[in-house]
Order: sequence, then C-alpha cells, then structure tokens
Amino acid sequence: MEKKQIVPYWKKDRKKDIVNEFAMAIATINGSGSATANNILLRTLFRMGIPVSGKNIFPSNIQGLPTWYTIRASADGFVGRSEVDDILVAMNPSSFADDVSKLAPDGVLLYADDIGTPITRKDISVYPMPVKKLARDANVSNNIRDYVANMVYIGVLTVLMGIDLELLRQTLSDHFHGSAKAVEPNDKVLMAGVEWAKANLKKTDHFRVEKIERTSGCIMTDGNAAGAMGAVFGGVQFVAWYPITPASSLSESLNENLPHLRACPETGKDTFAVIQAEDELAAIGMAIGAGWSGLRAMTSTSGPGISLMGEYAGLAYYAEVPVVIWNVQRVGPSTGLPTRTSQGDLTQAYFLSHGDTRFIILIPSSVNECFEFGWKAFDLAEHYQTPVIVLSDLDLGMNQWMTPAFVYPDKPFDRGKVLWEEDLEKIKGKWGRYKDLDGDGIPYRTLPGNRHPKAAYFTRGTGHDENAEYSEDPVVWERMLQRISDKISSSCEALPAPEIDKHKGARFGIITMGSAEPAVEEARAILAQEGIPTDRMRLRAFPLSKAVKEFITAHERNYVVEINQQGQLRQLITLETGCVDELISVAHLDGMPLSAKWIYEQLTAREAK
Amino acid sequence: MTDKNIPSSAQQLNAVGLSRADYRGEQSTLCRGCGHNSIASQIIAACYEAGLRPEEIVKYSGIGCSSKSPAYFLNRSFGFNGLHGRMPSLALGGCFGDITLKGIGLSGDGDSASIGLGQFKHLVRRNLPFVYIVENNGVYGLTKGQFSATAERGLKLKKQGTNPYLPVDIAMEALISNASFVARSFAGDPKQVKELVKAAFSHKGIAVLDIISPCVTFNNQEGSIHSYTFGKDHEDPLHEISFVPARDEIMIQDFEEGSVREVTLHDGSTVILKKLEADYDPTDHWQALRCLEEAQKNNWLVTGLLYINPEPPSIYDLFNLPDTPLNRMTEKQLRPPKKTLDDINLALR
Repeated sequence: MEKKQIVPYWKKDRKKDIVNEFAMAIATINGSGSATANNILLRTLFRMGIPVSGKNIFPSNIQGLPTWYTIRASADGFVGRSEVDDILVAMNPSSFADDVSKLAPDGVLLYADDIGTPITRKDISVYPMPVKKLARDANVSNNIRDYVANMVYIGVLTVLMGIDLELLRQTLSDHFHGSAKAVEPNDKVLMAGVEWAKANLKKTDHFRVEKIERTSGCIMTDGNAAGAMGAVFGGVQFVAWYPITPASSLSESLNENLPHLRACPETGKDTFAVIQAEDELAAIGMAIGAGWSGLRAMTSTSGPGISLMGEYAGLAYYAEVPVVIWNVQRVGPSTGLPTRTSQGDLTQAYFLSHGDTRFIILIPSSVNECFEFGWKAFDLAEHYQTPVIVLSDLDLGMNQWMTPAFVYPDKPFDRGKVLWEEDLEKIKGKWGRYKDLDGDGIPYRTLPGNRHPKAAYFTRGTGHDENAEYSEDPVVWERMLQRISDKISSSCEALPAPEIDKHKGARFGIITMGSAEPAVEEARAILAQEGIPTDRMRLRAFPLSKAVKEFITAHERNYVVEINQQGQLRQLITLETGCVDELISVAHLDGMPLSAKWIYEQLTAREAK
Repeated sequence: MTDKNIPSSAQQLNAVGLSRADYRGEQSTLCRGCGHNSIASQIIAACYEAGLRPEEIVKYSGIGCSSKSPAYFLNRSFGFNGLHGRMPSLALGGCFGDITLKGIGLSGDGDSASIGLGQFKHLVRRNLPFVYIVENNGVYGLTKGQFSATAERGLKLKKQGTNPYLPVDIAMEALISNASFVARSFAGDPKQVKELVKAAFSHKGIAVLDIISPCVTFNNQEGSIHSYTFGKDHEDPLHEISFVPARDEIMIQDFEEGSVREVTLHDGSTVILKKLEADYDPTDHWQALRCLEEAQKNNWLVTGLLYINPEPPSIYDLFNLPDTPLNRMTEKQLRPPKKTLDDINLALR
C-alpha cells in the first residue's frame, strides 16, 4: 500500500477538499440534552468506517454552564485531542463570541439563528440554522422539544458533510433500542433539519465525509464501561463505591450490567453484590472485608476518594488482602478541576498510605485495555494477595473511543493460594498464614467459612509473625515487611509488559503511559515523516519490568511524556531504575488531554537546543 | 427454670459436641479487672451454651482496648482487627463472603461514638445480621485516659480536667437509626450480658449491645457513670432475660402466668423476659425511646432488651443470593461464556 502523506492537523489547508479529517466542537448549554444527538453523530461516523473519538469538555455543573462536545475524525486513525476546531456548531449564546473567535482560519460555523451576537469573522463559512422554528414546526410534545431540537444540527451536518442518512437513522433507532416513542420525535426533527438544509443551504466549505473501511473489528465505548465489563468477565463478586466524578459511571455500569450478565448459570441467583457506601472510607473497608473473605472485590473512585482510602489500602498491603481499586483520575489537589483529566495520582498510588508500602499499579491506555485490566486485576490481586490499583483517567474513562473489540480472557482464574478443608486435612492442619513455604514470598490463606478447626487465624494491622500471632519483635517485623516488599518486586515480570515500538535509526526514546498515548503516536508519525524517527515505550504497570531500564539505556535521551505538573512518571522511573541523565520530563497539566501539536512542539524545540 | 444445656463442668460437651475449651481465646493483655475481660468471658459462655460452632462465627473489631478483645475469645473463629472506627464497613464486606456465618463486632465508645459514628449508624441503617457490641467506658484507654464522646458532662479526669460536652448515647443513636435490636447492659451483670449475646446471635439483623464496661485504670472513680460502683448502685434492669435455643422446649409453666413476655426470634429461638417492677414491651419503639430519655434524666443505668423487631428485612434480603456461599463459587459460575462477550462487542458497533 502506498504510504499517504500525513498533514498535521494544525497545518491543514481548509480551502481545499478535505475528506474524513476534521475536528468539530459542538457548543451547548450543560443539561440541554445534546448527549443523544452527539453520540448518534459520533457512532454514525464510526459505522461509516471513519476513525473517530468524542470528548465531552464539561463543567462541574448540572445545568446552565457552557459545555463542548468535540469530535475528531481522522482517516489516518489519529483521534487524540486537537486544540484547533475546523467546524463549530454553536448552540450556546453565552459562549458564542469566544467560540467563534477560536474557530480555525477558513473554518465552518453552524449556529442557531436565534443567537443575536454579530459575527465579525470574514474568513469562515457561516450557516445559520432555524433550530427553534424547525423544532416547533415538527410538532413534538413540549416537554421534550428543547432536547430533540439538537437533532436539527445533526440533520444539517448530514446534508452539509455527506453523512450517510440511512445509517444515521439506523443508529438513532439502535440508540433507543428501537423504542418508537423515543425514536420518532428525534427522527422527525432530524428529518426537518435534513429537508431544510437540502432546500436552503449552499455549501461554501470543503469538509466532507465518505465511507471507508478503517473501523472494522472495532467497537466504540468509554473506558469506565469497558473496565466494568472487564470486571464482569473477571468474576467480580463484590463492589462497594461512593459517587465521584469521573469514576461513578464505572460502578453504575456494574450495577446495570451484573444483574443480566452474571446470574448463576445453575440457580439463576445473583453471584455478586453491589453496595453504594456512605463514603470512600467505607467503600474501601467493605471491599477489603470482602476480599479478605474470599470474594473478588473492588471499588472505583477518583483522587479525593483515594486519599480517603489510603489507610485501609496500607492495612490491606500489610495484612495481605486482595482488592482491586480503580482510580479514574481527575485534576487535583482537593476539588481541583473535578471534570477535567489528569495523570496526577501516579506517585500517590505507588506509595499510598503511611509506612512502607508499594502497590501494584496497572495503567490502561485504551478502552480495550480497560477491559483487559478489568479482569486481569483480580487475578493479580489474588495471586499476590495485595491491593491492585488501576489508574485510568477522565479522558479515557468518560469519553467515547473506538477500540479493537474486547478479547475474551485467555487465561482461567488465578485464585492464588487458598486452602480449603480438604487441603488442610492433607497437611494435618499444619500451616501458618504468613509462612513462605514456596520461597516466592506468597503465603497461603484460608477463608471464613472453612470449617476445619485449624483454618482460622486472626488478621491484624499490628505486628504479626508467620502464624499471624501478635508480635512486636523487631526481627519479626523486619522479616515480614521485607518478604512483602520482595513479593511485590517479584510481580514485575508477570504484570502487563511495557509496549515498545522501535523505528530504525531512532533519534531518541519517548516514554509515556495511559491516555497520553494517542497524542504521542500522532506526534511520532509526524516526526518520522519529517525525518526524525523515534522509539516509544508505553508503561503499563508498576513495579517496572527490567525491560524498562534496557530501553532507557539504549537511548541517549528519553522524553517522558505525561499529563501532570511534576513529571511523576519520570520521578518514579528514576527511583526504580536509577536512571537520571537519560530522562527528560515533558509533563503538562491544564485539565485538557494532551495534543500531538503540543508534544511535537516540545520535542522539536528541545531537540533544536 | 433449669437449662438442660448448661453442663456442670467445663469438660462437658455442648449440643454440638464441643467443650468450653474449644471456645477459648488467647490470654488477655488488658488490665486486670477490665470490664472487657468479663464481656469476653460471657461471649465464650454464650457461644458454648447456645451451641454455636466457632468455625461459623467471624469476629471483627476496630481500634482501641475493646478492639483487642476478639483475640481473647473464640480462637477457632476467623477474626479481623481493622481500622479505628471502620470495623462496620470491614464487617459488612466480610460477611458477604459467606452469609451462612454469624458475625460479631467488638467496638468501643471511641471507636463507635467518635471516629466511627458514621460507619456505626450506616451499618445499623443497612441492618446487617451482626452482633455489634460497644464496650462503653467513657474514656480512651490505649492512649491513656482522654475523654471519649460517651463521657458525661462534668466528668473529672486526671490530666484532662472537666468534660465540657454532652455525651453521645449509643443505644439512643442505634434506636433512632432504626436498629432492629437494641440492648444496654453492664459488665458487672454477667448473666444478663450472656443472655443478651445469645439472643443477639439469633437475631436476623443488626443487634446493638451497648455494654457499660468500666475502665479500672482511667475511669472507675466514685461518681463516674461508667464505674463499677455506679453501675452496681444504679443498675435498673427492665426485666430478667433468658434465652432458649430453638431446639429446646420452653417450659412456660415454670413461670407464673402473666409474669413473662416471650419474643420469638427468626431462627425459632425464644427470648423470655421476666417482668420486674413494671411491664416493659420491647417491641414498642416509642416506649424504648422514652425509657432511655427518662433513664438519662434520672441518672439510672437502665439495662435489658430495650427494643426488638424480630422479623426485619435484613441487607441479605435485598439481594437474590444463592445458597452456596459466594466465596465458594467457581469460575464456571462467575465468568460468562464467550458468546456473551461476542454479543456485547456486536452491540458496541
């Protein structure tokens, strides 16, 4: 296949025909019900075979403040954030002037024609839409009119850009699971928009879409739903959670899906329990209690919740209790920017709690990986008898991404070393909860309900010996904590390995993690095209595999690209590998996902020095 | 009444073939004379006499002197000594592992009335079948004698001065959170403690036992309402309480007609309340509240079964849980087949 030249999105010539390449912002008022319209538009483009992503840039507010839905379409498959919008759908009078001023040169403006603000820009294509009139004339009931009015701009865009109308209507029907009552008013307004546009609009811009085949084998969903689904297939049995943006939808998705996906195949009864706790202190307490009693237990939260969970996480580390903790990161400290994305909780996660602790961390960078780590986390937690923290973030967790279809787990459950009655009978009851019998630092455990008279032991956060007896003996303390630390270290090669992509003649290495990846990949492709090939290593877990140091030392310079202020990934890599001079921090946090342009500019500027 | 189940010596076997020694714990490291030790002894006696299997009981605690005590009884039971004020959440999660087991939590007034007041009340509100004992002494022992939230206003303690705040009443907090079993007792009244513990284990819901348990080191001085002398002088039992396990026939003719109240518990066992001075109906929520209010005003240590709703819906009733304990379920029962995932993938196209 002939290699197509990539045009960086910030160097686009908008005066020429542009097919399947755009960044669109839909500016609405929070709570005005545009989510349905936007999702249908996004999924239709996806079904047309065009790689897309949809990001909701929203305020911490229920109703009234400005919100933007952004869609990035890219035939090349680059669906990271673009800070330049080619197309603006302006539905919000209060942000109108500012939104229009930020539109790219020669961009496209569609707007609700009741917005009275004058438009001073001369370089853009302008399409006023009679949104109110069309919604009113469509004769839908008053209580939903304002919501379905958003379908007007979908109809206009369909005509303007050449979106497949039949596919769009099918997607609309699928969205409401075929419910005529819901579909009909939306369809009516959609078609009103379509008819009006056909009759009244003269296209003056150059953006259009057409069917291609770049999304086959892919699905589209968000990371929280994917993580929840992963947990479902990982056999999650106990979920305790407390509402917090941007993590709530993960547990809500479990609550919604477990009942129909996880009834016992033999009895039809529930094989799980989901409990909304009174706070995060209780959510983690419940999950750890359940993990201790032998259930695949988890909680999901964000930074503030993790802060509250620290003490119990430390107890679970020392008492060796498996539990899975999802942190869908947002911008902290404190309330910070609660609806904006961040990778700022990495060092917190690794050293969570007081005393000497170190936690196994998994870092998914795609929706597909959220699913994979969703089930894998339980195997790791139970195998190593320790908390496993999955670090997602708002961008990954709450936004819509296309991703390869979920892959069914390729491994059976790993329940770790558990002794039941018959096991204890065989060894005549001779065991100790914290004895390292196999030399791998992982002891055996028993679970409540085991009727063997020697099964029980007393779990505590205070000093204890190999038989779980209370101990303040300095030698015992040191020995126990060393074994636990060694146990965590020993996990490094069993965790998801760093994903390495090498280019011949690479000038330097790039190290990144999580949702920073799409922008990094786009920047790398552009750099390579400009004669600067690079190697990339994406870290997927802590503690680090030995491959990490090998990669670093194979390059004179490694740029560590991440979404936080302090360069936390760079800090931890230095701590773990001892590498300092080879690592250059490229860290950035303003609440928005990283963009390829920013990374490209950072790297070229630093390389020019 | 003679209970045929109480053996004359510790060597004798109970209804499930175990001796009293099978219910032992480690040697207590609490102060000699501590009320908590007496309660631990009564928990041992209650479980032994009621014929509960230690393997079917799980112990939980928070942090404090009280929370150390689960190590001093039922060695053959699993136990988890958690975090300060956060035993309730730990216990709730732990109990879901196998709901056929019985849970017991040991907490103190610092653990449940200060740092853990929220978790205490939320566990009550959720009605987890669970024996929740608060060993209430009005003082922080392990940190050497600071006021707790149940200390009475005006209490004078060495180094601490005079307590300026009104106390939290554990039993009242439980009642207004709609606890389905609320009792108050006194460590100096071992028979009552024992019978209440037995009844609590048979209750299908949260059973809160607020037991005044004097701290002999920091708060046992004359006049303190958490002292032995105050308890002995001011205890005002509502009734004489006896527990009769489900398997035993109640010899009601042993009692004078009209002199007792019977409450049948969910598992078929019965609590027999012998009337003392006045009749007291423990199924009357309003009366229980008034009783506590009056006791507070008059400085009485009212003890006994303050309130019971014998058939409340418990948290387990909110779930459609199978007979097999969740922690014994297999991969086959827990991982949906590949076809299910294929369908999910299809729906996300």
